[in-house]
Amino acid sequence: MADAEAKKSLSFQDMILTLHAYWAARGCAILQPYDMRVGAGTFHPSTTLRSLGPEPWNVAYVQPSRRPTDGRYGENPNRLQHYYQYQVILKPSPADLQEQYLGSLAAIGIDPLLHDIRFVEDDWESPTLGAWGLGWEVWCDGMEVTQFTYFQQMGGFDCKPVAGELTYGLERLAMYIQNVDNVYDLRFSDPVGDVAGLSYGDVFLENEKQFSKWNFEVADTDSLFAGFKAAEAECQRAIAANVPLAAYDQAIEASHLFNLLQARGVISVQERANYMARVRDLAKGSCKAWIDSQSESWTAKYPGWTL
Amino acid sequence: MTDFLLELRSEEIPARMQAGARAELEKLFRAQMTAAGIEAGDLTIWSTPRRLALIAKGLPEATAAVSEELKGPRSSAPPQALEGFLRKTGLTQDQLQDRDGTWFAVIDKPGRATAEVLAEAIPAIVRAFAWPKSMRWGKDSASSESQRWVRPLSGIVAIFGEELIACEVSGISAGFATRGHRFHCPGEITIGSASDYAEKLRACHVIVDHEERQSIIRDGAAKAAADAGLTLVADEGLVIENAGLTEWPVPLLGRFDEAFLAVPPEVIQLTARVNQKYFVVNDAAGKLANGFVCTANIAAIDGGAEIVAGNQKVLAARLSDARFFWEQDQKKTLAQHAEKLANITFHEKLGTVADKVERVAKLARWLVEEGIVHDRSPAKAGAHDDGADGPRLSSGNKEELADQAELAARLCKADLVTEMVGEFPELQGLMGGYYARAEGLPEAVAAAIRDHYKPVGQGDDVPTAPVTVAVALADKLDSVAQFFLEELTPTGSKDPFALRRSALATILLIGENGLRLNLLDVIRKAMLLRVAEDKTVQNSANALRVELLVGELSRSDRGLAAAYDAVGDAERDADKQRLEQQTQAVSNAAGVVLDFFADRLKVQQREAGVRHDLIDAVFALGGEDDLVRLLDRVKALQAFMTTDDGANLLAGYKRAANILKQAEQSSSPAKAGAHGGQEPASADARSGPRLSPGSITEHDAMLLAALDAAEPAASAAVAEERFTDAMAELASLRAPIDAFFECVMVNDPVEEVRAYRLGLLARFTGAVHGVADFSKIEG
Repeated sequence: MADAEAKKSLSFQDMILTLHAYWAARGCAILQPYDMRVGAGTFHPSTTLRSLGPEPWNVAYVQPSRRPTDGRYGENPNRLQHYYQYQVILKPSPADLQEQYLGSLAAIGIDPLLHDIRFVEDDWESPTLGAWGLGWEVWCDGMEVTQFTYFQQMGGFDCKPVAGELTYGLERLAMYIQNVDNVYDLRFSDPVGDVAGLSYGDVFLENEKQFSKWNFEVADTDSLFAGFKAAEAECQRAIAANVPLAAYDQAIEASHLFNLLQARGVISVQERANYMARVRDLAKGSCKAWIDSQSESWTAKYPGWTL
Repeated sequence: MTDFLLELRSEEIPARMQAGARAELEKLFRAQMTAAGIEAGDLTIWSTPRRLALIAKGLPEATAAVSEELKGPRSSAPPQALEGFLRKTGLTQDQLQDRDGTWFAVIDKPGRATAEVLAEAIPAIVRAFAWPKSMRWGKDSASSESQRWVRPLSGIVAIFGEELIACEVSGISAGFATRGHRFHCPGEITIGSASDYAEKLRACHVIVDHEERQSIIRDGAAKAAADAGLTLVADEGLVIENAGLTEWPVPLLGRFDEAFLAVPPEVIQLTARVNQKYFVVNDAAGKLANGFVCTANIAAIDGGAEIVAGNQKVLAARLSDARFFWEQDQKKTLAQHAEKLANITFHEKLGTVADKVERVAKLARWLVEEGIVHDRSPAKAGAHDDGADGPRLSSGNKEELADQAELAARLCKADLVTEMVGEFPELQGLMGGYYARAEGLPEAVAAAIRDHYKPVGQGDDVPTAPVTVAVALADKLDSVAQFFLEELTPTGSKDPFALRRSALATILLIGENGLRLNLLDVIRKAMLLRVAEDKTVQNSANALRVELLVGELSRSDRGLAAAYDAVGDAERDADKQRLEQQTQAVSNAAGVVLDFFADRLKVQQREAGVRHDLIDAVFALGGEDDLVRLLDRVKALQAFMTTDDGANLLAGYKRAANILKQAEQSSSPAKAGAHGGQEPASADARSGPRLSPGSITEHDAMLLAALDAAEPAASAAVAEERFTDAMAELASLRAPIDAFFECVMVNDPVEEVRAYRLGLLARFTGAVHGVADFSKIEG
């Protein structure tokens, strides 16, 4: 790609702003990231909990996502322990969801007659959320840029109606659009006047180094184990107290502490399944409590709706 | 006669489901037509990622009118009978015809317009359609009863001749309009009839015929490679998958950095194929080259340059991951990797993979030391070849082989914890082999690590290299033995630990390599290795006993009980009791395993085309756990039964067995008691003629003489495993038994003569049984 053309491509932040504008124009409320450490945009209660029940829900947001085991001390051009997902939830799934999605790719500068866009089967399942859906990974010239899913179940409950979920891998898309091979070389922002732009590395390289070290080497495992137990207990207390949103926060917390324990390499293979089942129980319990707390108003507003 | 077109459009159907969907559509359409009385002749069924299409040529305009005649009760029958008949036919009495005193109902069914039939059939087909996985979508999915499809169903075209078949499925009405290629022709296009469907779509960049797309990919990919002086590595699975991912396939050649070729070719091919659905290419010398072919779904406005550049970048990132794994993994030796196996549970009841590896290593070594697995390459000099037992290794060679088998076994699972196998589990074994070679281990050890999972099912290559055979056999025997010892046995269709496959592989290894072993002893040995892991056992005097037990079993002629007795004098304690229980469990389980192997062997032989009754005839003898000997016997029997001698001997045997059976039935229990439960006839026959002269014919004598000659000869041949010879000895009985039946009356009025002749027949069947249980043979 010629330099002149490369300059025309969107910076990382402009890509996010473009997506915000695009989805806002299609009726989405633009939410903010959830203020807890999560592994993916799906964990945001606006997806997990709000994909349940009959009420329409159309939102888009950026979610910082932490995957401690993917840390590479800033040395790998593609792998990060902290990255961004752009998440769109449309409930019920609109008939033209694919067209709307392709429109968003065009909006950020991907020409579908120049680039090969493909919908490749990929059934999504989250064992820790007790969730699954059918859909695709969307390929752009052989690279997966989006996970496209029709949620069928969440927390073990049928999604009625089904929500469509789009999860864009922002760094990957930006690397594609900006034609760079190293994530740290991404233009995060463009220069304005005599204010220089920032690169992704300017913003995050040091974070990757330090957090990789902490995740893999430093984090105190006793505290993590204790934290897991505490979150588990607190989640159950909150469920009992009928405050499912607060309970779900603790499920998220437990899930992340489990991920950290994995990164520290202190969870054996046989324990792993057991921990995942415990997290799943918390997520399912929170979803159930959420449904219980809302059922009355759902059935009042949507006669005939059943779980 | 009119043509019908049906198109069911949906969001992208997974490539792997399209062939099944075509078959399902055909099946359901035919069922609907048959039910309506319409003959659906040739159907054309096509699929693309976004549509299923069906064209039925030459359907009638209407179904034929049918006149059905039903016979009712006699007109003289009671009124209830008539009422019942009227109810059944839905007619009134004045509509019936009285023919010679019997009521007849004539029901005319007028023909139905085919269009009407189709309008009902389409929704029925959609509702009944079975997908491997289906989903709900959209606002209708608020209800559990909403329509399911593989992905959202987006449109229906249904045209009969040039007429629309008006129908609706979950809010989607059939129409004339479909859509062309997603990017080249995103708007609606109108179809006129079945005849212009394919061409209209082609004009809109959709090749609806999946076979045509497959050809384009097959030929186009080959050409793209050839144009660059390379050869495509053909892969029909990829052809079909890519055809299922594209409506307008365009194969494009890409390149990757030659430096990546340092990574094993299998890794590159797997990455390209599984992760990216690319073909790989070879150079002129037939070695993997630094190129690939991807299949785009558009005719790109720049000729595909950007697409190739993008795909190259993706593959480069994948290959650099693979190379990273390849290099990272080699920073440790396999022995160092193997240390991590202690953290991996093999099965919750069977400890870690490290425990398994330890057992396999001991068993593999033992298999060599016992001479069960040995080097089959011809001995260099006759000096230490003592003939009958086949080539032997000098003790030095045997020791080396045992060391290599143990080493290979200790390392064979190490690659499971490497990064590469973590990423590509299907490379297990193969990567271990590469890493072993890279760290300079002997070739035989590397090959054993690579191939020890083989054979994976019937038809897979069976290893023959002795080190590989020892490890492969030990690995599989250990799995079967331990899971059975824990009573985790396959049931019905459930075989979660693939024990049937392991047993089959064991059978193939033994058969292919002619390994002589008593399976029961080997299984006990494998189980005792697990018992020896028991902490209670290890922490006490029992450890010694187990050592002795395991050691004792090295002599394969000694049973477990005898081995246990040998250490029975050791001091008594609670642990000893536990050991006794465990050894008892071993005894029991080993018997069960042997039966399991017998079953698997029967299945395997049947699949290999051996008559099941012949297999049964040999298995019924029982007590045989040397599979090679057993199979030799089956083979000899199979050959024998194709000869006239075999067939006639069988006829003679059946006749003799029938007579004996009748004689047994006619002799009353009291009579049997009088003979003290002995077989008096047989005894008489053996002790020679004590009957009055003249009552015995020359045919009796000839049969007796033949038996006297053949019986010991056949037994001797069996003992020396010359089964074909044993069959030949039996064949010598054919003429005398035929003559005997022809000229002699077995049921002689004189009791003694009758008993004598029955005795002869019993000896005859007994002699035959020494070779195989002919009563199991059909014919």
